[in-house]
Amino acid sequence: MRLRCEVNGESREVDDVWPGESLLYVLRERMGLPGSKNACEQGECGSCTVYLDGVPVCSCLVAAGQAEGHEVTTVEGLAEGEQLDPVQQAFVEKGAVQCGFCTPGLIVATHDLLERRERPSDPEIREALAGNLCRCTGYEKILDAVRLAADRKAVS
Amino acid sequence: MEFHKPRTWPEALAIKAEHPDATPIAGGTDVMVELNFDVHRPDVLIDLTEIAELREWFTVDGRYRVGSGVPYARIIDELGATLPGLAMASRTVGSPQIRNRGTVGGNLGAASPAGDAHPPLLAAGAEIEVASVRGTRLIPADEFYTGVKRNAMEPDELIAAFHISPADGPQQFAKIGTRNAMVIAVCSFGLALHPSTRTVGTGVGSAAPTPRRAADAEAFIAGELDWDSPLPLRDSVKRRFGELVAQSASPIDDVRGTAGYRQHALSVMARRTLGWAWDEYRRNR
Ligand SMILES: Cc1cc2nc3c(=O)[nH]c(=O)nc-3n(C[C@H](O)[C@H](O)[C@H](O)COP(=O)(O)OP(=O)(O)OC[C@H]3O[C@@H](n4cnc5c(N)ncnc54)[C@H](O)[C@@H]3O)c2cc1C
Ligand code: FES
Ligand code: FES
Repeated sequence: MRLRCEVNGESREVDDVWPGESLLYVLRERMGLPGSKNACEQGECGSCTVYLDGVPVCSCLVAAGQAEGHEVTTVEGLAEGEQLDPVQQAFVEKGAVQCGFCTPGLIVATHDLLERRERPSDPEIREALAGNLCRCTGYEKILDAVRLAADRKAVS
Repeated sequence: MEFHKPRTWPEALAIKAEHPDATPIAGGTDVMVELNFDVHRPDVLIDLTEIAELREWFTVDGRYRVGSGVPYARIIDELGATLPGLAMASRTVGSPQIRNRGTVGGNLGAASPAGDAHPPLLAAGAEIEVASVRGTRLIPADEFYTGVKRNAMEPDELIAAFHISPADGPQQFAKIGTRNAMVIAVCSFGLALHPSTRTVGTGVGSAAPTPRRAADAEAFIAGELDWDSPLPLRDSVKRRFGELVAQSASPIDDVRGTAGYRQHALSVMARRTLGWAWDEYRRNR
């Protein structure tokens, strides 16, 4: 099928899509957007998290055909040109990235949390990120980064 | 593979009638796992997410009619105060991403004995509205689950909604798993006190081939509770209730737990949830 959707503010059109393949596959293999990562393909790790119509979802669990006509924002869509999103900046500064495989999903999930909650509490942060697994950092530096991004966002 | 994207409910029903083997897909949190791992390759997929009315809920004659496509996140946000049991269960489903996408309709379609929506639907006496081109019918939740991952639907039917009364008393849900997030229930229990009918509803999850009510426990406790001058419950009563709930189950040993553990855990969950709910009832009177 031909798939049309809006990705990171641009209308995109790709052909020969198998409608049962995942949105994650479409983004990575057909649209050249490898930011969203494929680690489990079963909704467990969150590394494929994207916004679908403004709501964070696992793109590995969205059928390509379901995205037809909808709006997708991936981690690639968060920075303004060279200017990183404050969440991305905080992850870099706090050393919340080791191998980086989990990072794109965590960035999107954190971005969503901070859109909804100013200065979330630690339990709220943990709850919001419960669907994102990291095998490297032990999470402490990720929590530091989320707190830093939240502080900066609250001040600005 | 054929992929259908009906915009209206009649269109969806017509497609299902024409392709009874077609797989409906709502949030995709069950269907896509099977597709990604090639467990199941349907010839026809019917995407239900474009049908606006499946994502709506409203009140009819004092009961909610909740569209099958309302995701858990919205049940928690929009119906949490009036459907506390279902909302508690919904909060334990997967992760935020899964709750944003996964639906009660999908839980009913999958009909897994471990599905978390089932115990609160059973305890509240919900009914499932299924439809086909032939018409619409309401199936009581305790007649809906017919076997392991099987339900009472005909091949040409789709789930439109579920009907459920706003809570008329305290409700509870408890689930055992290895951690708090992202866990399939080892076993689970839903409880609803119904002061208006002086009855207690129950739902046992993940401890039998299907989710089921604990009818003997319901009958026993209805005879013990004094709704007009509610005293603290005696331990012996709570314990007996727990035993009867455990006896209603027929669990198996599997990778998540043994039958013996499940039975024990159920009796503890039943005893505790009854205590919490009854204390809440006494406080609020
Ligand atoms: C990481 C992860 C964690 C999970 N954790 C939990 C958990 O904690 N508790 C839990 O209960 N479940 C859990 N699940 C399973 C799943 O999220 C739930 O069963 C969810 O309710 C499915 O809803 P859905 O809309 O995504 O269904 P889909 O995947 O779209 O569909 C599920 C089934 O229902 C059928 N179906 C869907 N809609 C209809 C309809 N309207 N009419 C007829 N048939 C229909 C489909 O054909 C399919 O057979 C988890 C899944 C994942 C991937
Ligand atoms: S790849 Fe989608 S959740 Fe792991
Ligand atoms: S940094 Fe390696 S998985 Fe998180």
